[in-house]
Amino acid sequence: MYFQIHFVLLVSRQGKVRLTKWYSPYTQKERSKIHFVLLVSRQGKVRLTKWYSPYTQKERSKVIRELSGVILNRGPKLCNFIEWRGYKVVYKRYASLYFCMCIDEADNELEVLEIIHHYVEILDRYFGSVCELDLIFNFHKAYYILDELLIAGELQESSKKTVARIISAQDQLVEAAKEEASSISNIIAQATK
Amino acid sequence: MEQYRAIHIPVTLKGPGNYITWSRMARKALGGRGLWEHVLTPYKKKKYVWKMLYIHMLGYDVDFGHMEAVSLISAPKYPEKQVGYIVTSCLLNENHDFLKLAINTVRNDIIGRNETFQCLALTLVGNIGGRDFAESLAPDVQKLLISSSCRPLVRKKAALCLLRLFRKNPDAINVDGWADRMTQLLDERDLGVLTSSTSLLVALVSNNHEAYSSCLPKCVKILERLARNQDVPQEYTYYGIPSPWLQVKAMRALQYFPTIEDPSTRKSLFEVLQRILMGTDVVKNVNKNNASHAVLFEALSLVIHLDAEKEMMSQCVALLGKFISVREPNIRYLGLENMTRMLMVTDVQDVIKKHQSQIITSLKDPDISIRRRALDLLYGMCDVSNAKDIVEELLQYLSTAEFSMREELSLKAAILAEKFAPDLSWYVDVILQLIDKAGDFVSDDIWFRVVQFVTNNEDLQPYAASKAREYLDKIAIHETMVKVSAYILGEYGHLLARQPGCSASELFSILHEKLPTVSTPTIPILLSTYAKLLMHTQPRDPELEKKVWAVFKKYESCIDVEIQQRAVEYFELSKKGAAFMDVLAEMPKFPERQSSLIKKAEVVEDTADQSAIKLRAQQQPSNALVLADPQPVSGAPPPLKIPSEPQSVARTISQPNGTSSNIDPQAPSPDLLSDLLGPLAIEAPPGVVSTEQHGPTGTGGVPDEVDGSAIVPVGEQTNNVEVIGNIAERFHALCLKDSGVLYEDPYIQIGIKAEWRGHHGRLVLFLGNKSTNPLTSVQALILPPAHLKLELSPVPDTIPPRAQVQSPLEVMNIRPSRDVAVLDFSYKLGTIVVGAKLRIPAVLNKFLQPLQLTSEEFFPQWRALSGPPLKLQEVVRGVRPLALPEMANLFNSFRVTICPGLDPNPNNLVASTTFYSETTGAMLCLARIETDPADRTQLRMTVGSGDPTLTFELKEFIKEQLIAIPMGSRALVPAAAAASPPPVAQPPSPAALADDPGAMLAGLL
Repeated sequence: MYFQIHFVLLVSRQGKVRLTKWYSPYTQKERSKIHFVLLVSRQGKVRLTKWYSPYTQKERSKVIRELSGVILNRGPKLCNFIEWRGYKVVYKRYASLYFCMCIDEADNELEVLEIIHHYVEILDRYFGSVCELDLIFNFHKAYYILDELLIAGELQESSKKTVARIISAQDQLVEAAKEEASSISNIIAQATK
Repeated sequence: MEQYRAIHIPVTLKGPGNYITWSRMARKALGGRGLWEHVLTPYKKKKYVWKMLYIHMLGYDVDFGHMEAVSLISAPKYPEKQVGYIVTSCLLNENHDFLKLAINTVRNDIIGRNETFQCLALTLVGNIGGRDFAESLAPDVQKLLISSSCRPLVRKKAALCLLRLFRKNPDAINVDGWADRMTQLLDERDLGVLTSSTSLLVALVSNNHEAYSSCLPKCVKILERLARNQDVPQEYTYYGIPSPWLQVKAMRALQYFPTIEDPSTRKSLFEVLQRILMGTDVVKNVNKNNASHAVLFEALSLVIHLDAEKEMMSQCVALLGKFISVREPNIRYLGLENMTRMLMVTDVQDVIKKHQSQIITSLKDPDISIRRRALDLLYGMCDVSNAKDIVEELLQYLSTAEFSMREELSLKAAILAEKFAPDLSWYVDVILQLIDKAGDFVSDDIWFRVVQFVTNNEDLQPYAASKAREYLDKIAIHETMVKVSAYILGEYGHLLARQPGCSASELFSILHEKLPTVSTPTIPILLSTYAKLLMHTQPRDPELEKKVWAVFKKYESCIDVEIQQRAVEYFELSKKGAAFMDVLAEMPKFPERQSSLIKKAEVVEDTADQSAIKLRAQQQPSNALVLADPQPVSGAPPPLKIPSEPQSVARTISQPNGTSSNIDPQAPSPDLLSDLLGPLAIEAPPGVVSTEQHGPTGTGGVPDEVDGSAIVPVGEQTNNVEVIGNIAERFHALCLKDSGVLYEDPYIQIGIKAEWRGHHGRLVLFLGNKSTNPLTSVQALILPPAHLKLELSPVPDTIPPRAQVQSPLEVMNIRPSRDVAVLDFSYKLGTIVVGAKLRIPAVLNKFLQPLQLTSEEFFPQWRALSGPPLKLQEVVRGVRPLALPEMANLFNSFRVTICPGLDPNPNNLVASTTFYSETTGAMLCLARIETDPADRTQLRMTVGSGDPTLTFELKEFIKEQLIAIPMGSRALVPAAAAASPPPVAQPPSPAALADDPGAMLAGLL
């Protein structure tokens, strides 16, 4: 494909990109703050995964296998960051669960570490001292909450209260639908009696 | 439906066995066998889909049910819809075909009135929306974001959704209209919406900061608001810190603006930053600590970015210095990381060096992440002054490092040793130690490199040989060590002959001991070594001969072809006496090239950080090792003024190298290429080399000092730098050659080496400081003509004494033209300022590719070019008389191939070539020269090609070449054409030099 100028790039002395304009079709490295979220138990069982960058199913299981191998083998009292394939993985262990988030190398690690803690606090508030079993039996709830916290790999809401309010509103909606359904089936049942 | 009763547990998993039961159930229901329609109750639908997700999450292949999950999205009721949305967004990625089916439903939900549905749809698009979504949904999402009737709940999702769409397709947001909107969005009071909007802003400014410059003061406002804790609701404080995430994001966004011009904004920002830098204390609560340090580190990088005042900078370095010594691992990690970043930015290296011991301690940390950072930092901060310490630390660490790090570690140690070696013997020591300690991780590149250096530096050879001999005494040595020592001893073992234990037969027996333990690839090296040992043994030693021959005999029938061949050939050769000597003569010097190690490192670590290190590395004297031992050669003026002797002379071992000085530097010697890199490597003639000549740098370099400064009176602002050789001649020689000297004066030599491929060219400028004082304020600027694209890598500001720096120059030819690029070059030595305008030999003929055509190929093409403007004819008079073969040679020399025998008239020449440029692509060019045997000063030429400009330019080019043939060796060519300046004129001063008509002309063009 002929282009006189394929792309325009402005980079500062510090290596920061100031301007990019692509005229040829280049595939770019996925730009996302958090590439994926991963919850693994100490036994290496996956408890939750959420992918913000496109990974195929095959890549997903490979990533999980590789990362849980690295993270589970790290001793205590080490730092919470791992460098992995050009990315950084921020992880933190809560009881028997490891919460991991994958970010770009240049990103702020501590910030992400606190997003993890923020998420755990919200889970804790929702379930009332959360434990691994809560997440096994109600893994869909964990997804709902995560979706209220992160979208597109970016933090959406930093207030615990707001998230809690939204989740309980959702629960009410589901309950209402259920009641409605059961009342309809009652009516049908009574009508057919 | 009876069979599904087993799955009445609500989305749970009890015991491992259940997976099989209910995955079977789910598969049956969803497996595309038409059963899904029978799953009637919404509850069951939900349940199956959830289970599918669970199976998927556990890592099993879920290739069924995607359709069903997507179909749930269009369910009318909230619970099903919610499940549909969430499962779809977890199960599929943006490239999945099923997603396209859902676009319409999703859009309806987004533009619909139902807020909860809007939220679900926005979340899905935000998480997995691809290009298709960006095209069809962006306007709707924008409307939601700025709508005043929407609740914050929807708007913050819309902001992030838009961010996703923007990432997928930057055209989704129209810059012109959106910049004002974005500014308004930053006035938002609700911190949830503000957080999301700031994320959006970060993505937007990272792409185009200019359009959003009105957002800059707003970001500062947000920071002020948070820092003063004004108007921040309680729920948005995190452990007492007003939304640390928002603070980080706002500072991130600010880092995308190059500077802050408005003084009052700058002032208030610096107040905030000062407050953060000063006010962050280490507290007990881990989370509070993390959050406040997240803000602090972001502030640090913002300060670094803004190039704040010195005071603030040193405050930052002090903070980092504190961090790298704390116990908390996260902080220490980040301290090291940020220090590495700091290295590249400002001149704080000396301050950082104070922390060297602390950083080295971190190299022994139990945490691999921290060790990696420490290694990176050490690698980055290493320079000539501390290379010895750092490399020795790395070597020491190598024996305890874990396997995953050893390769990187050994590579880095090797690179540092190569780049910053204070002397060459130290370099050899380091590499040998490296091989000894971590042989498995030493790639072939590393030992090839050490062999190259030893070969190219004669004074190093005896030392290397004796070191190699020492290592052989060890009981168990690594195979790589066997390879290196065998190679070195084979080549230079004879230099040790007088030392005890180093006679040829002793060397043979100690090497032969290793033979049973090595693998097949090493055996050929050993065989060569034996042959070389044998060759060097004069007079012949029948006993050794017998032993070696026995070995050769043994391998004559080896199954490995390489070994067999060598054994047979060496055996036969070794009986031949004189021929044997010739064949096995010492290896010639290697042409200098970019270190393969550094190249490898570039490939391995292609990240922003690393490349900045690279950048810095380029500014260092990149060829510290080419700078050979500066010991003066018997007090004579350094042989720099004489273009150093062609290597071929030094190569043939027997010949003395006294003939060198009268060889014209411009004579197209085939070895000039290898010479180029070594002009500053003051090589002691082989005869002078004694085995002891490997002292550290600087010993006895006194007579040298006289050189540069004695010529020019100090303190005088002079221009009288005498140019060595003729610039114009050098240029013309370089037009026909790919390497040589472009410019030389008593202090500096600029060499050039070029490679051409199609319309691309890669030149490397070698700037060699010949004096014993550093050259400062070195500047090189390319003035490119319109038809060339040139890119010169930055040239370091200072060239240390006797160092050579390389500076690659990328050339791309856009269209045919005879214009010439000019290098505007200047430097300062003490008080003398020297400048020169030099033409770069990236001329038309460099983009030609020789091509020989047969008559069947030539004539159809020739006829196809019908006449002007594609085919031009001209009678040229005043041509320098040349015999036909001579003229043919001239044509061939500028890559226009003469096709002999095509033209029936023996007085005519027919030539063809291919021209490359970006606009024309590869273009065939044809030419015919008709000479007059009676009058050799005139001829008629016809030039044709598929491009009118090219035809014209090529014709003019050939004409120029014919009228004056500006070869250095033909100094008396009458300068007939204006294009070539009188070649004999020696510009006496830089002022005159700037007046060099050719350079001026080229500059004007």
